[in-house]
Amino acid sequence: MAIGSGTGLAGAPPSPDRDPAWGGRLAWLLASILLLWPLLVMTEFRPWQMLDARSLHVTARFVGGFLPPAVSLEFLARVARETWRTVAIATAGVALALLLATPLALVATTALSVSSLAGRMALLPFLVRQATRAAMVALRTVPELVWALVFVRVVGLGPTSGVLAIALTYGGMLGKVFAEILESCEAHPTRTLLANGSGRLQAFFYGLLPQAAPELTSYAIYRWECAIRSSVVLGFVGAGGLGQEMDSSLKMLAGNEVATMLLVFIALVALADGLSAWLRRSLR
Amino acid sequence: MSQDRGVGPMDSLPPGLIELRARAAWVTLAALVLVFASFWSLDLHWRELWSRESAAAMARFLAEFFPPDTSAAFVRRVAKATGETLAMSALGTLLAALCGLLLALPAARTHSARWRVPTRMLLNALRAIPELVWASLLLIAAGLGPMAGTLALALHTTGVLGRLFAEAIENAAPGPGFALRAQGARPAQVFLYATLPQAAPQLLSYTLYRWENNIRAAAILGVVGAGGLGQLLFYHMGLFQMARTATVLLAMLALVLAVDGASYWARRAMTR
Repeated sequence: MAIGSGTGLAGAPPSPDRDPAWGGRLAWLLASILLLWPLLVMTEFRPWQMLDARSLHVTARFVGGFLPPAVSLEFLARVARETWRTVAIATAGVALALLLATPLALVATTALSVSSLAGRMALLPFLVRQATRAAMVALRTVPELVWALVFVRVVGLGPTSGVLAIALTYGGMLGKVFAEILESCEAHPTRTLLANGSGRLQAFFYGLLPQAAPELTSYAIYRWECAIRSSVVLGFVGAGGLGQEMDSSLKMLAGNEVATMLLVFIALVALADGLSAWLRRSLR
Repeated sequence: MSQDRGVGPMDSLPPGLIELRARAAWVTLAALVLVFASFWSLDLHWRELWSRESAAAMARFLAEFFPPDTSAAFVRRVAKATGETLAMSALGTLLAALCGLLLALPAARTHSARWRVPTRMLLNALRAIPELVWASLLLIAAGLGPMAGTLALALHTTGVLGRLFAEAIENAAPGPGFALRAQGARPAQVFLYATLPQAAPQLLSYTLYRWENNIRAAAILGVVGAGGLGQLLFYHMGLFQMARTATVLLAMLALVLAVDGASYWARRAMTR
């Protein structure tokens, strides 16, 4: 401030109450309002609609039903069964995803390339690696919810579609990250093994896996945690578990049942979160 | 990998082998039991999946996707739904950034515990419920359409951003704030001119990161009826109009790939 008033002796010293950058700020504000307007129109954003008498009545009755949450023994037993199914869908899905991802990652990773020991990778291995990468991109680009919608059509309602959806999307994600983890390892032991004539699998087991095992396990556990969250969501399209139950209670506007299931779901996510954090911490 | 990264002299001692190995063995055993119990308890229809009829049904199902419906009228509708998806994600993220900032102030550790604990609990609850569950809850209040989706994105993202923002505010250096306070500035002025400018780049980068996530989420949110591409997908799939379903699916995949590419490119440009 002192320097500023020293250079501009002719003008009055700027008042300390005025923001020196107010012009720019005002222009940004106006520009963002101009940008915001089409967004509000496109999303049909009319929150006051929620405040009209009929809508308020329905909402109030639904939310009023939250208290007290449903705790009848029969209902709790059903929720417990569906909660286990949610966990089971996530676990089975991730187990299959691991089965899918491990070979894909081993094929895709450049860390196990024999031909690149002598300089550039040969054409055929390069094409095979790129094709595997493309397959993994295709698997994980399709959201698991879309996979589930497709499988519900083919195999019908139930946990099979949920397990398959998680297996495919997560297989792509795990494969990509596994390949990257293997590539970020210290390459020297692997290259030495390969150069001395060991097979790729041997080089993997003795050169890469000892280095990468904690990180690979940690990422798999993290994905399991994500799968539990996503298996609830998959239930909404009919893939079984807590989500499917929540969807049918919502359609019947049974607020008390929804409240119980939301509480169970929050507890489940917190539990999976804590377990996964503990496991990953102990890997470090 | 990590054992050899010794920190102190105590770490150079060999670890307690029996204890360490036992814990790893127990955890592995528990994981295996969990996997087997999962497969055993779920009534999975593998046999039906691999049967000849099911393979034929799958092939027929996939064959119906081709050729995708590329009539001008339908493509225009898909384009409109794509725009709606983008608008939902942008507005949802914007609302979430504003609400997240408001909630992050009391949630930051720089404030008294009286407000911090309930605000943190609120943020955790908002974050724990996925967008899609929020959307199906909001359908009751907001009706079918993109507004429910926008609000659902906003609620979940508020929980995520509120927590991240609170951490960013906690990490701002306290010096400038002290200097302003010593000059007699009011708390609001201290926040606007000392804390916010320091945290702003991080707040912006978190917001952009969540926007990227929200575009992906907004594309599928519609399957419960909350607008965007997802709603179109669910509608046409429900009517077994597979050619149209294919077009919507292609638009969805193109959107996801475009977002991935843009984010990869932007990250490279920023880190260079």
